[in-house]
Amino acid sequence: MNQPWIDTSPKVSDEIRKTTCYMCACRCGINVHMKEGRVAYIEGNRDHPVNKGVLCAKGSAGIMQVNAPARLRAPLRRVGPRGSGEFKEISWDEALGLAREWLTPIRKSDPSKLAFFTGRDQSQSFTSFWAQAFGTPNYAAHGGFCSVNMAAAGIYTMGGAFWEFGQPDWDRAKLFMLFGVAEDHDSNPIKMGIGKLKARGARIIGVNPIRSGYNAVADEWLGITPGTDGLLILSLVHCLMEAGKIDLDYLARYTDAPLLVDDETGLFLRDDGGKTLVVDRATGHLRPFDEKGVRPDLNASHPGHRTVMQLMAERYLKPEYAPEAVADRCGIAAPRIRAVAAEIARVAFDEAITLDQAWTDFRGERHEKMTGRPVAFHAMRGISAHSNGFQTCRALHVLQILLGAVEVPGGFRFKPPYPKPATAHPRPHCNTTPEMPLDGPHLGFVHGPEDLALKADGSPARIDKAFTWENPMSAHGLMHMVISNAHAGDPYRIDTLFMYMANMSWNSSMNTGGVMKMLTDTDENGDYVIPRIIYSDAYSSEMVAYADLILPDTTYLERHDCISLLDRPICEADAAADAIRWPVVEPDRDVRGFQTALIQLANLMELPGFVHEGGSPKWQDYADYIVNHERKPGVGPLAGFRGDGEQVGRGTPNPDQLKRYIDNGGFFVSHIPEGADFYKPWNMAYQDWAVGMGLYNAPQPYLFNLYVEPMRKFQRAAEGHGDRQPPDHLRDQIRKVMDPLPIWYAPFEDDHVDPEEYPIHALTQRPMAMYHSWGSQNAWLRQIHGQNPMYLPREIWEAHGFADGDWARVSSIHGAISVPVALHAGLNGSTIWTWNAIGKRKGAWALDKDAPEATKGFLLNHLIHELQPPRGDGMRWSNSDPITGQAAWFDLRVKIEKMPAQHETDPDMGVMASPVGRGPRNLRWKVGK
Amino acid sequence: MTALPERTERKLGLVIDLDTCVGCHACVISCKGWNTENYGAPLSDMDAYGADPVGTFLNRVHSYEIEPEGGGCAQTVHFPKSCLHCEDAPCVTVCPTGASYKRAEDGIVLVNEDACIGCGLCAWACPYGAREMDRAEGVMKKCTLCVDRIYNENLEEVDRVPACVRTCPAGARHFGDLGDPDSTVSQLVAERGGFDLMPEQGTKPVNKYLPPRPKDRLTGAAATAPALPTKRRDATGFLAWLDRTLEKI
Repeated sequence: MNQPWIDTSPKVSDEIRKTTCYMCACRCGINVHMKEGRVAYIEGNRDHPVNKGVLCAKGSAGIMQVNAPARLRAPLRRVGPRGSGEFKEISWDEALGLAREWLTPIRKSDPSKLAFFTGRDQSQSFTSFWAQAFGTPNYAAHGGFCSVNMAAAGIYTMGGAFWEFGQPDWDRAKLFMLFGVAEDHDSNPIKMGIGKLKARGARIIGVNPIRSGYNAVADEWLGITPGTDGLLILSLVHCLMEAGKIDLDYLARYTDAPLLVDDETGLFLRDDGGKTLVVDRATGHLRPFDEKGVRPDLNASHPGHRTVMQLMAERYLKPEYAPEAVADRCGIAAPRIRAVAAEIARVAFDEAITLDQAWTDFRGERHEKMTGRPVAFHAMRGISAHSNGFQTCRALHVLQILLGAVEVPGGFRFKPPYPKPATAHPRPHCNTTPEMPLDGPHLGFVHGPEDLALKADGSPARIDKAFTWENPMSAHGLMHMVISNAHAGDPYRIDTLFMYMANMSWNSSMNTGGVMKMLTDTDENGDYVIPRIIYSDAYSSEMVAYADLILPDTTYLERHDCISLLDRPICEADAAADAIRWPVVEPDRDVRGFQTALIQLANLMELPGFVHEGGSPKWQDYADYIVNHERKPGVGPLAGFRGDGEQVGRGTPNPDQLKRYIDNGGFFVSHIPEGADFYKPWNMAYQDWAVGMGLYNAPQPYLFNLYVEPMRKFQRAAEGHGDRQPPDHLRDQIRKVMDPLPIWYAPFEDDHVDPEEYPIHALTQRPMAMYHSWGSQNAWLRQIHGQNPMYLPREIWEAHGFADGDWARVSSIHGAISVPVALHAGLNGSTIWTWNAIGKRKGAWALDKDAPEATKGFLLNHLIHELQPPRGDGMRWSNSDPITGQAAWFDLRVKIEKMPAQHETDPDMGVMASPVGRGPRNLRWKVGK
Repeated sequence: MTALPERTERKLGLVIDLDTCVGCHACVISCKGWNTENYGAPLSDMDAYGADPVGTFLNRVHSYEIEPEGGGCAQTVHFPKSCLHCEDAPCVTVCPTGASYKRAEDGIVLVNEDACIGCGLCAWACPYGAREMDRAEGVMKKCTLCVDRIYNENLEEVDRVPACVRTCPAGARHFGDLGDPDSTVSQLVAERGGFDLMPEQGTKPVNKYLPPRPKDRLTGAAATAPALPTKRRDATGFLAWLDRTLEKI
């Protein structure tokens, strides 16, 4: 044998720089291996609380993101018509000067003429601070077209939802039920969690029309019909109540189930101090819910009132929620629904787990043990992105609570700064004054009609009509309506549209072709209807072509960021944690991190809060802001290494803070003390710890809301009570959808298209390798997902006689597309689907115009309108959840016809000029010698 | 023709859990990144931003659908595939230059790129399609089991595993000595019924796959008996039950 000698111990790198990936919603820690000052290899950081060393395909391909030819190189000013992609490069001085020139007069006359929306939620606490200082009410991030239904339903119900607010107890759960998630929120933590469950032999139930990804490894797959998840969940509630498998002790102590509801008003019975009342089971007397020693009676008798538990019994034990009544609509056989309910009940109650850990609750009662119901749930966008999504998400949270499976071992656990009830969040603010900041934070939680963002004449204060009678609880705004409303001048016209990382002329909008027309439409004078557009992006995306001024952002490895407790931190269920990004490489182009550009623009405009008296800037750039900004005394964007470097949560700004983060691997962790890590909303040890961390100003224990009283207040307004009254055309809708107990109603699309003509549901999923990105500029990832067929179930495949290589015309009431098809048998029989955001416009992303993304890829977006079809009443009814305004992407109904094979997908939106040229032909990427 | 060692001291390889792999491609890209920067020539990407991008990958994930005969839910299996480091590796014996070889100490099958003439016979001989010719370099590329990681003294001991194993988010990939019956990987194979890929080819692959567990068994036989009497499965019956139960708490 002649084996050659090989070096099995080559030098791996000169240096490892540890930062945060955050190219999706996970916020994983990464080790960036450097050779000769260049990025050589990227792997997960083993010490990091989020990913513990693992990393997804996209994170591992980061080197191709940093070196992508699609990177923008310098500020750009449009020279051709909008949409052409023709620009000239300008200096930053010119770019920021131009932005100031456009924005200053707006601020002097009417700040609401600026609409500032960010497509990503990174640094939302900072971007909202900027918008507030400018004074416009028109600010939000992307939650409105993503998963606000889940977030808002969770906060109103129990003070938090999934993903950023909490996580399954992966180490103790014995049964995990996953609704709708393909690859969203979170990515790596869900995979790691599934790995833990599988290693222990715990079981997974997947509820999803599509059996791919996580659903492929689920032990049980329920191939549900889209839009019926709420019906299935309420049927499970029916079964559990019928079987007596609900946690009565938990419900009595920690939820509003024993609260007394007035039969006449539907409002809670309160004492003179406004505190809700229960009947004490020991004495039979009315008592404040939180009084020491009180034993709230779930089945109390009090004249003219019923408990929430009694109201729930009356509703959910009705035969309309029996499995046999819902099976056909859900597409799941009744015995299977009953079997799933039985399995949930069996694991929750027969396999309960107990920790020998004493704790004291908010009524002062000491408990010697912690009892866990080891059933955990997770869901995000799949069930959220429907017009019935809010109520569906509510139903899921109520199901968890009935089982006693929230904030207990084995169930769902909150992550700091959650739990945080809706009442502890701000209310929305919308009052503008020229040259003054807005009167408070834009986004928040309404508690009744008095909190709506309406002008004195009752018209919407915000361009997206958030917090109006059309969608009162729109906690994240409605980004998908901004361009459409601005174009229509409904509720008013704007001057400047300013957006960040939002590909609105492509995959981030419904009705993509229509939005492209709105962005280029001109008035009778030949001026653009939306007069000015400023856009910031790191790459040559489709949206770049529609801006008048481009502020080029850096890539993710070239910037400062903070993943902050004020915002969306990296906490785990047993620890508070936050993290930074820092420039592990300096940009080789004339680009600036968007937040730094915003600070410099604010300094130029001398925005309040950004400058000292006299106009000198408080912060030079974002790094400066991260360290030195204080949201309240001692509390800033980062919780770690404050003051002298040892203070946590509260402390004066520490000039060495960023260095300390870098030395610590780019993050900071502070563990929740033992005994404080479960029952957080009611556990005084947790409450006290949270105050010390600066998360709360005072302990704020609260009850979970099976019954959401603020919703009842909107219903009452629709019934004619109160001063603030909805317009008549919305009364019926409000009465119907704002039910304070979860309900199910059919997705709105079912009402306005003929289900006979459009019998098929159409969905998109995000590919795991390209989650939360539309980055087909990545040379490695585009080889995994370079085109996207429309996947059809066997039922449709055979009914239409499809064969491999065939094409189909897929039509909705709104539009039609021509696409290649493929068979996918693991699919609900009336559902088709494709990958999201693989299709590209010719000329974008520095790709060849004949790239498969542009010729064979396509967007489903062309079939979905941001408005419901006209009803002849002159109103523009948005295609959104009527409670939160969440974009109802997944309500879509289509029909399908076989067509001759095509050369390219249709519609073809034409070629845009590339402001960055084309990428190199071949890559042989090796940094070291 | 190149000879195989008569026996190897160890049989290093991978155990891949098909019950856990969610098909995320993390292993594919982590492998690409490590092996572009390390062992031998970089893994090239031809027409990287064009109409027909073709790159070299040492590990790919294929997805297959299985529709049970006689009905039932179709199942998807995500199937990562790379070199199986066979004991009787036909890719080695077919090599005309000795470039392909199997290491005597650990059984890893490697290509000595200096000796590879790019004839492609090994790829033809491999029944698994696990080798890829690099179009830019003209040499054969294949999984090295990260031979430059697993012994690498510049890495912490915990990191001395193949890049694909280190990165796998679901923990579906395991690395170890399949020749040692007491190793964790051998025990996993024994417990979970690990199997050889295409054993009829007689290649004796070292890598093993763990099969998907049986699925879709909650069909309705096990529904819980209602707590409420048949005639009173409504709110009244529930509240009567509630009162009785609360008395006991």
